[in-house]
Amino acid sequence: MERSLQGDTCAYRELLVHLTAGLRNVVRGRSRAAGVDAEDVVQEVLLALHLKRSTWVRGTPVAPWVAAIARNKIVDALRRRGQRTEVPIESVMETLWSDESEHEGDAYDLERVLGKLNDRQREVVRAVSLEGRSAQEVAVRLQMTEGAVRVTLHRSLRALAAMFASGAQ
Amino acid sequence: MKTEELIRVLVADGGRPVVPIDQALLRALGLGAIASIALFRLLLHPRADLAQAIYSLPFLFKLTFAVLVAVGATLFLSEAARPLPPHRWLRLLILAPLLLALGVIVELKSEPATAWAAHLIGHNAPHCLALIPLLSLPPLVCLFAALRQGAPMHPMLAGATAGLVSGGVGALLYALVCPDDSPLFVATWYSIAIAIVTSAAAYVGKRILRW
Repeated sequence: MERSLQGDTCAYRELLVHLTAGLRNVVRGRSRAAGVDAEDVVQEVLLALHLKRSTWVRGTPVAPWVAAIARNKIVDALRRRGQRTEVPIESVMETLWSDESEHEGDAYDLERVLGKLNDRQREVVRAVSLEGRSAQEVAVRLQMTEGAVRVTLHRSLRALAAMFASGAQ
Repeated sequence: MKTEELIRVLVADGGRPVVPIDQALLRALGLGAIASIALFRLLLHPRADLAQAIYSLPFLFKLTFAVLVAVGATLFLSEAARPLPPHRWLRLLILAPLLLALGVIVELKSEPATAWAAHLIGHNAPHCLALIPLLSLPPLVCLFAALRQGAPMHPMLAGATAGLVSGGVGALLYALVCPDDSPLFVATWYSIAIAIVTSAAAYVGKRILRW
């Protein structure tokens, strides 16, 4: 986590992959009961963790922080779909680091809100997500500066999170 | 979109060092305070006897009160901006009311009862109620901008705390203008003014600090 926040992308990737497995465990049971696609919720939590990573305090344990953000987003996501739920933080903590993990594929909510970005934003997000390009490569292809690509990408992510939060899907 | 793809996007966006939220809040506070000082210099003049007042105990009491509010709330704000339960600094917030109570007791003991009403009413209470919120506004706006990056566990509490910080800054600046040094006056009107800022900020926080 420490290295991720200093901009070490390898460490950050590793962390996100690791967290994704944990989040799937947490989310699966709850969302099945609520008739929600678990992967949608996992993605929403990942996005929140990413955008709010400045609220983790260096040197403190990562798990409670992840659990707090995850719980907030899970409650939000379920409530938005008309479910009133209590998610005890302890249960989030417990399942977060359990070992079983499955790979799951697609989710739909993100796809839907992605459609609401403007063209330029969507183009940048697509180029990075599908083709795994770096900001530099995207910049060359779309004839933008690298800085502009970074800004566009970041704004897109914030816009996506805001759309999730407002329940526009 | 597949989760792997999302992770790719997040990693691409995560290539720069992150500014921790408490640093972002401190910067915002600094910027807001500078804007407040500019506003102060534009609109107001420090009281004429400021040079002597610095050595008077009631005046120092007033400044200390404002500093305690601002500093205590700032320390607590860094916790209120996070998703985990706040704990350590909450107790510090009790210092300002304690000091206030102490000041009032000393005044009531040392001054005759006939003088109390005059001290309480002071010279210009409406001035105080208008100027403290006005001077609080720049730091409040800056702090809210920074708090939007945060993930407050209780958005309303985070908003209120930002209001308290800003109210403290506003009170500190207004104290340089205000001719009333009586603890009775401070305990009444300064508190009301700070409470106005705090409740307005709580109201706004509840609405715009959800994440």
